[in-house]
Amino acid sequence: MKWLSNIFMKRSNWSIPYFIFLLIFVVLPLVLIFLYAFQDADGNFTLKNFSKFISNPEAANTFVYSIGVAIVTTVLCILLGYPAAYILSNSELCRSKVTVVLFILPMWINILVRTLATVALFDFMRLPLGEGALIFGMVYNFLPFMIYPIYNTMQKMDHSYIEAAQDLGASPMKVFTKVVAPLSMPGVMSGVMMVFMPTISTFAIAELLTMNNIKLFGTTIQENINNGMWNYGAALSLIMLVIIFATNLFSDDEDQAANEGII
Amino acid sequence: MKKFFAQAYLWLLLAMLYAPILIIAIFSFTEAKVLGNWTGFSTKLYTSLFSGGVHHSLLHAIENTFIIAIVSAVIATMLGSVAAIGIFNLRNRKKMIMNTLNNIPMLNPDIITGISLFLLFVSLGITQGYATVILAHVTFCTPYVVLCVIPRLQQMNPNIYEAALDLGATPWQALRKVLIPEIKPGMISGFILSFTLSIDDFAVTIFTIGTGGLETLSTYIYADARKGGLTPELRPLSTIIFVTVLVLLIIINIRSQRTQKLKEAK
Repeated sequence: MKWLSNIFMKRSNWSIPYFIFLLIFVVLPLVLIFLYAFQDADGNFTLKNFSKFISNPEAANTFVYSIGVAIVTTVLCILLGYPAAYILSNSELCRSKVTVVLFILPMWINILVRTLATVALFDFMRLPLGEGALIFGMVYNFLPFMIYPIYNTMQKMDHSYIEAAQDLGASPMKVFTKVVAPLSMPGVMSGVMMVFMPTISTFAIAELLTMNNIKLFGTTIQENINNGMWNYGAALSLIMLVIIFATNLFSDDEDQAANEGII
Repeated sequence: MKKFFAQAYLWLLLAMLYAPILIIAIFSFTEAKVLGNWTGFSTKLYTSLFSGGVHHSLLHAIENTFIIAIVSAVIATMLGSVAAIGIFNLRNRKKMIMNTLNNIPMLNPDIITGISLFLLFVSLGITQGYATVILAHVTFCTPYVVLCVIPRLQQMNPNIYEAALDLGATPWQALRKVLIPEIKPGMISGFILSFTLSIDDFAVTIFTIGTGGLETLSTYIYADARKGGLTPELRPLSTIIFVTVLVLLIIINIRSQRTQKLKEAK
């Protein structure tokens, strides 16, 4: 028993259970995606899953279309969210912290409930469901995720830079383009990650918003997994992982600071 | 003038964000089957939501959601707090590895987490049900607990723990009387965060819930929505969820503001 209490005494060893947990439930599953992607149903090595994706126009089109939707959503979120974050972080324009909480609040409501609410809104206003509803729903779902990181970086921004620029005679436009915009870039990048990634990987939402007329890549993956095409589904997941990894390369460590203290 | 436009813009955006939820909340107080028809004020949907009967499966789904959320949050909080103490005491490379591993579940999109765990469970031949959903939820909740607890450890004076040991406390006593009270606020934030994440989750749940008929609120809503006609009782339910989240968030915010004030006072 002595050795056991020795292990317990050294507090750095307390990370061991979690380390093992992470290996089993995070690392191993990701390795499995990789393995399944390069296997056929009998477990032999194959590249067929990937060639099937490239040669299958439906899956490839869905993929391109999903990236398009994700880009449009992200751009709209920046256009709508950046001014909002700017106003929220500016104490002259917005004094109340409650407004900030109001913007973050929708992040904590079940995404399906939010989506159904959007469908309800379109029904109520007698608007047709379709591409417009899809984009509106996505922006509606993910706008808070854009506003929050930008707001966070702007909050931490050193305001003496802005004052210095003003004192040195920069016009308000110059102050914005030369000081505020570059300093808030990490927040924007992090917002892009938080909007682009979920948009490209959601499923179910697009079906609900378009009455099953438009399918996104996430849905394609889900359908394949549900229909027992695990290998093909794993290959599609791997493609998505690569895209996400590529987007991740654009952002750097700085961005993580922007997401701190999300509650 | 500038301020007026700024405020107007904010309120316009907020109106857009809240319009759908408001419509659901308003129409939860009428009996009409189809949303958008107002047939007079009534709380019938609320009473029928809780009286069971036809909507027994919905009540069951709510119950499952809460059981899964509480169990996952408790496990995640314990695992994450112990891990945070361990990671905090690690050095250099090992610390970096643990932090990187801890970040993976947070960076992974839900669908990837769900599918990867699904593949894990099927290749190990584990029947999916309660246990797999809870394990999956613990997987994506624990990193947030770790991130909530580590800052508390960083703020803590490391000498207090050593002092307790020097004064004759056993490591167990020192843990219970010194360490845990210090990190408790972080553990509570981590617990609340895990709880809300678990209740909210849809993408990971649907891949790990199996085909044994187990349903959570998210999968119930999904199945219901796919059938076309939405159960009218979902309107009062969404309203209740919204109000609950609102209250929870206000509590968290008051708490964090209070600790911030305490910090400033120090």
